[in-house]
Order: sequence, then structure tokens, then C-alpha cells
Amino acid sequence: MRPYLAILAARCRVLLQYRAAAAAGIATQLFWGFIRTAIFTAFYAASTAPQPMNLPEVITYVWLGQALFHLLPWRGDPESEDLVRRGGVAYELLRPLGLYSTWFARGLAVRVAPTALRALPIFLVSMPFFGLAPPASFASAALFLVSLILAALLAAAITVIVAAVQLWTISGRGAYALLAASAWIFSGMLLPVPLFPDWFRGVVEVLPFRGVMDTPLRLWSGHLAPADAPAALLHQAAWIGALVLAGRALLARGRRRLVVYGG
Amino acid sequence: MNALRLYFRWVGVSIRAQLQYRANVVLQTLGGLVLTGVEFLALWALFARFGHIAGWRLSEAALLYGMANVSFALSEAFARGFDVFDQLVRGGDFDRLLLRPRAAAFQVIAGQLQLMRAGRLLQGLAVLGWAVGAQETPPGAGQIALLAATVLSGALLFSGLFILQATLCFFSTQSLEVMNVTTYGGVEASQVPLSIYEPWFRRFFTFVVPLAAVNYFPALAILDRPGEGIPEIVPWIAPIAGPMFLLASLLVWRLGVRKYRSTGT
Repeated sequence: MRPYLAILAARCRVLLQYRAAAAAGIATQLFWGFIRTAIFTAFYAASTAPQPMNLPEVITYVWLGQALFHLLPWRGDPESEDLVRRGGVAYELLRPLGLYSTWFARGLAVRVAPTALRALPIFLVSMPFFGLAPPASFASAALFLVSLILAALLAAAITVIVAAVQLWTISGRGAYALLAASAWIFSGMLLPVPLFPDWFRGVVEVLPFRGVMDTPLRLWSGHLAPADAPAALLHQAAWIGALVLAGRALLARGRRRLVVYGG
Repeated sequence: MNALRLYFRWVGVSIRAQLQYRANVVLQTLGGLVLTGVEFLALWALFARFGHIAGWRLSEAALLYGMANVSFALSEAFARGFDVFDQLVRGGDFDRLLLRPRAAAFQVIAGQLQLMRAGRLLQGLAVLGWAVGAQETPPGAGQIALLAATVLSGALLFSGLFILQATLCFFSTQSLEVMNVTTYGGVEASQVPLSIYEPWFRRFFTFVVPLAAVNYFPALAILDRPGEGIPEIVPWIAPIAGPMFLLASLLVWRLGVRKYRSTGT
């Protein structure tokens, strides 16, 4: 466990250096949140029919989503990707470490560090000025935190799988495009999951992606009541387990057919 | 060799290079198609739930959305070189471009034509086609001409934004992600009429980045909607803002090139 924690910490320290990029990212996210909340506000003004989620809940959902945006596994880990393309992955195989665990630690770093840099400023701005409501209750806040940790692990597991696909396609960009699309659609970033048409919502609830965003977001606002939390947390945990196993199998297979070019 | 032939030769090289990763091109195009297509489905889901937004129906908002997406896809395909320009500057490769006997801007553009952008383009064209067909009173020839001019003008505007983004590299050697709020953010904001936003936001996208001039204003005339306080002539002359913005961007770009100092790598 210790070497993997060291990899995680080292990668985080590197990623935390990109503060100018983070500042730009924060501006982008605030702008985006502004557009999204304006659109939802205008839509809610158009209809008085009861909706599965009220406007303040949607606005809180949007802002939390912006704050935690970089948790979304929209691509693999650029370092693992580079290692595969340049053949450096051969050195990785020489190390007395598990390939999967090493990549998982990196995948976790690449999701957590940028999020940590960006989340707090967005919270600080959107809470007093733009309608991000505080957690519904103490229980909601605690469950949000638990679910957030699971979300990070789930995001890391997905990140590794995408990086592993690279062992087959080398450039990996195509796989990213499809992953980015599914992460965007099914996590709740495209549209809060409760606002999807019912038939589609059924599909989204089963898939892993909502565990990265939708679950913690709705636990915060209490839209997902603390009583319903165990099922949601279980959904996250089950997917983490399944995707870790799938990732291990994928890496084991990929490594057998791996050819490293010389030079 | 004249500029046009040179351009096509470079584009040919770029396309052949991309086709070396054929499965990737297909997956990326598909990904782009799915991503933008689903974005429109989300808009549809919201309209199905709420009925309208500020009095605009889905078919009307779809016109805004379609115009913005087609314009953006065109400029993404052709002016993408500027979007990844920071790599040229950081690696010192821009020095080589300056040594060649062609305009730097020309070389940056000609270096890249991205096939994968076809995804957004196809989707935007489909939405646009549907939006035009779904209007109760079909648009006249004049309105269709305005639509075509607007889409083209929008592509020029977005290209101007990419050029400005690249110009920032001369001063910071890092492509500033902030410009994304005007490009991707502009497309995102254009799914719905500009009138729903707060005044500062509307002013920003009218006077600073004249997106309204290549989207919202012309759409009012194409859809025969009341002008909401805007003189009747405005929608018809607004698209001129696109080429003007591009010209201004190119002037700033030339200023930047003159100031350029190599990173030395």
C-alpha cells in the first residue's frame, strides 16, 4: 500500500503546481454555471407544473457539478497514456509494483488534485452570490462526504480502464471521445438525472457514471434523502468493485500482447 | 506554387496523417456526433418538460442552436491550428514557420484540418435543416440567404476568437483556457435566446464578443419574430460583425507576431 500512496502523493504534488490553469478553469466553470443556471431559471419560469426537482435544488446541483467538474472521468491519465505511446511502460513492468495499483494511484491523483484546486473557490463564490444552498442537514453533509470519496474511487477505476484500452489503440483519443460523451451524458452534467425522461432515467440509474456526480450532488441537497442513501452508496461501491476487476483483467490481457518498440 | 495549391497540398498531408489512425478518426467523429447530438436531445427533454423558454418554442431555439454549431464546427475544422498554437510556441517550432516565405497565419491554418469535426458539423446541419423545415411559415429566399450569410459570418467570428486565443500565447506561452468561455461558452449560451440572460451577459455577447450579431439578431428576422426593441434593419446588417471581428483579430495577431520572442528551445 505504501508505495502506491507515495505515487498518489507525488502525482498530486505535481498536479497542484498548475495553478494558472486552475485559475482559468475556475473562471470557465463559473461562466458555465452562470449559463446553466440562467437557462434552468428561464425554463422553470415558463411552467408552473410540478417538477421532479425544484429550481433551488437544480441550481445547487449545477453549482456543485461545476465545483467538482474535474472529478468527471472524461479521459484517461495523460502520464500512463504517454508511457504506453513512448514505450516507457516497459520500465513500469520492471518495477516491483502491481501495474494496476500504480495506474489506479495515478488515476486517482489526476482526478482528485485538479478538483481540490478548483472546488473551494467555486464554493466560496457560488454559495453567497449564485444560489448554491448549504447541505440540507448534518446527515446530508456527512453522506455527501462519504459518497464523494466513493465517487473519486469510481472515477479513478474508470480512468484506468480508458488508459488500459490504449494498449490496443495506442493513440487512445477515439476511446476518449466515446468516454467523454458517456461521462457527460450519464453523470448528470448534461442534465440533472431527475430531469431526464423516465424511460431514460432507468438506464442512467443503472450505469456507473451517475455515481461520480449525481449521487453525491443529490445527497448534498437532500433531494436524495438520507434514508435512501444506503442503496445509492451501494450502487457506487458495487461499480467500484466491478470496474476494478474489469480493469485488472484488461491490463493483464493487454500486457500479454504488448509490444514495445525499440529506440 | 500559389497559396491555394499549397493549402490543398498541406491539407492533403494532414488528412493522410490522420487516416493512419483510421479507427480513431471514426471513433472521434462518432464521439463528436453523439456528444453534440445528445446535447440537443437534452434541450429537447427540457422543452418537452417545460413547453417553451421566454416564448420560444423548440423549433425556434433549434435554429439558434443549429447556426451556432455549424459555424463553430466549420471554424474548428479550419482554424483549429490556432487552438493548439501554444504547442508550437512552447516547443519553439513557431521559429521555423517564421523562416518560411509564407504568412505565419496561413501556415498555422494550413497545418491542420480536423476530420473528426465532421461529427458536430453533421449534427448541426441536421438540427438546422429540421428547424427551417419545422417553421409554420417557411422562410423566404431573403431569409435563407441571411441564414447562410450568418452561418458563414459566425464561422469567421469563431475563427477570430481562436486567433485571439493563439495571440495570447505570445504573451504568456500558455494557451489561455479562459478563451473557452467565448468559444465553447458562446455555443453553449446560444442554445436559447439571448434575452433570457442578465444584462451584463447580453452586453458582453453583443459588444465585446459579437456573438448575438451572428446568432440571436439574425434569427429574429429569419423567424419573423418581433424585434424586442431592436430596429428592424439590425438583424439584416448584424452578420457583418463576423468578418470585421476576424479582421480585427488578424491585426492583433500581427502585433503579437512582431512582439514574438522565441522560448529558445
